[in-house]
Amino acid sequence: MLQVDSVVKSFDDFKAVNGANLAVGKSEIVAVIGPNGAGKTTLFNLITGALKRDRGRIIFKDEDISELPPYEICKKGISRSYQIVNIFPRLTVFRNVQVAVLSQQRRSNQLFQPAKNMVVKETSNLLESVGLLDKAQSVAGSLSHGDQKILEIAIALGNEPELLILDEPTAGMSPEETSATMELIKRLAQMRGLTILFCEHDMEIVFSIAQSIMVMHQGRTLIQGKPEEVRNNPFVQEAYLGVE
Amino acid sequence: MIRSKWFGPSIVIFLILFILPSFIPRFYTYILALIFVTSLLAMSLNLVVGHGGLFQFHHGVFYGVGAYTVALMLKKTSLPMWTGFIAGPIVAAMMGLIIGWLCVRLSRLYFGMLQISLGSLIWVIVFRWYSFTGGDDGIPGIPMPSLLSSSKNSYYFILIILAICLILMYMILKSPFGSTLQAIRDNPQRCEAIGINVRRHQLIAIVIATFFAGIAGVLFVALERSVFTDLLFWTLSLEIFIMCLLGGWFTFAGPILGAAIMVALRTFVGIFTEYWTLILGIMLILIIFFLPEGVMGYLEKIFKRRTREEAGGGNR
Repeated sequence: MLQVDSVVKSFDDFKAVNGANLAVGKSEIVAVIGPNGAGKTTLFNLITGALKRDRGRIIFKDEDISELPPYEICKKGISRSYQIVNIFPRLTVFRNVQVAVLSQQRRSNQLFQPAKNMVVKETSNLLESVGLLDKAQSVAGSLSHGDQKILEIAIALGNEPELLILDEPTAGMSPEETSATMELIKRLAQMRGLTILFCEHDMEIVFSIAQSIMVMHQGRTLIQGKPEEVRNNPFVQEAYLGVE
Repeated sequence: MIRSKWFGPSIVIFLILFILPSFIPRFYTYILALIFVTSLLAMSLNLVVGHGGLFQFHHGVFYGVGAYTVALMLKKTSLPMWTGFIAGPIVAAMMGLIIGWLCVRLSRLYFGMLQISLGSLIWVIVFRWYSFTGGDDGIPGIPMPSLLSSSKNSYYFILIILAICLILMYMILKSPFGSTLQAIRDNPQRCEAIGINVRRHQLIAIVIATFFAGIAGVLFVALERSVFTDLLFWTLSLEIFIMCLLGGWFTFAGPILGAAIMVALRTFVGIFTEYWTLILGIMLILIIFFLPEGVMGYLEKIFKRRTREEAGGGNR
């Protein structure tokens, strides 16, 4: 479904992404791993259009999306969450998600009907499925960090994406929260038939849920393959898995 | 239509304001009308500043353009007078479209800087083009339709238009468009990622705001029957910006309060000293330190806390 072909992105002289390749099939769960500064977040920013690539191609559903602005890419069916919480802190939890649902239904420009009664059901269902319904009327900025990360995912789901990109969905969470969140992600993927692309530092999580793993190092793709293949790759073992 | 807890009180205030001119001296009627016009101007600015998060630094220009449009049409053409009243907001909104189209390409502070430059350009044109705009003499003695012949009638006209505009603005802010605009204010980057064309949304907001500023300009002419270049000068833009901060820029009605405070200060303190801005400055410093959300923001907070406490007490 998503195909990234030798993509390059430099900031001044620094090559943040230098020849990344990635293939994501429909309904797959794909993980990107690599040390800090390997270019994982930059790669996600390139796929979602937040940054423009210098060279290479990004193909989504047989269409080159590398020149499109972020909002167009979103409309094609790619949604994302962020590593650092990126929500609408002054709005209520409900409105955070509602804005995304309204955008999905192309109703963001309606001027004179009250938004209060629009897409209430869709938004509530979504909040229920991630377990935030009881906090719907709280101001988003007042939630705990863990809940904000969940809200982050809920906003992304508001766009009914086919491909959901999660940038370290459990960053800063306690171990309990982390496992609950991963369960949630697995469940959502099954329920909605989502394709998921994520990156994560916790190797245990990665190997337990990813069907395919891509390893990045200094902006380059080292290998992409099934978990066993990656686990048995000598370089990966040496660099990340700490196996002698 | 609109269901809100403010609906009842608003009607009461409107009715009081409606009968008030029969009881108070003409001078106060005039001051009230001036507050209405200024309120509308500040409210229109707050659409983009408080709710849209845009640094609209030279909003006064659109007010001036609206006022000059109607003034020139009434004075220099023999078209039916109502066409001038309609042309004012439309020309202001077109100007908003042009200047906004250029400005939304830049972010934050640069947006504001470019707007000050472009706005000042328009001010210079109006200031220098004696044969057309009257330059710094302005345009005095603008003929008015007979409906607006007395100052009391102008008062009612201004009050009714203000009420209609406030209802429209309220509806816009509560609509999906308004929700999205506030989301953009909070986090433009995230909005792009959820499929919103941020620049286009901001541009539409600017056009709407400048349209309302144009209406305020028309109302100013209906009140004063003259226009002058100060309407487009950047100090006025600064003043209305301060009104939004003073009243509370994250609240709906805050700018009205801000406008009332400013006009009252200028009128009543201005009688005693020409340094009334000194008092304004001190007030502003105090407000920034102690009421960072503005007067209305502070009042709303107290109100909310009290209702929460009452609700909490009832549960126990």
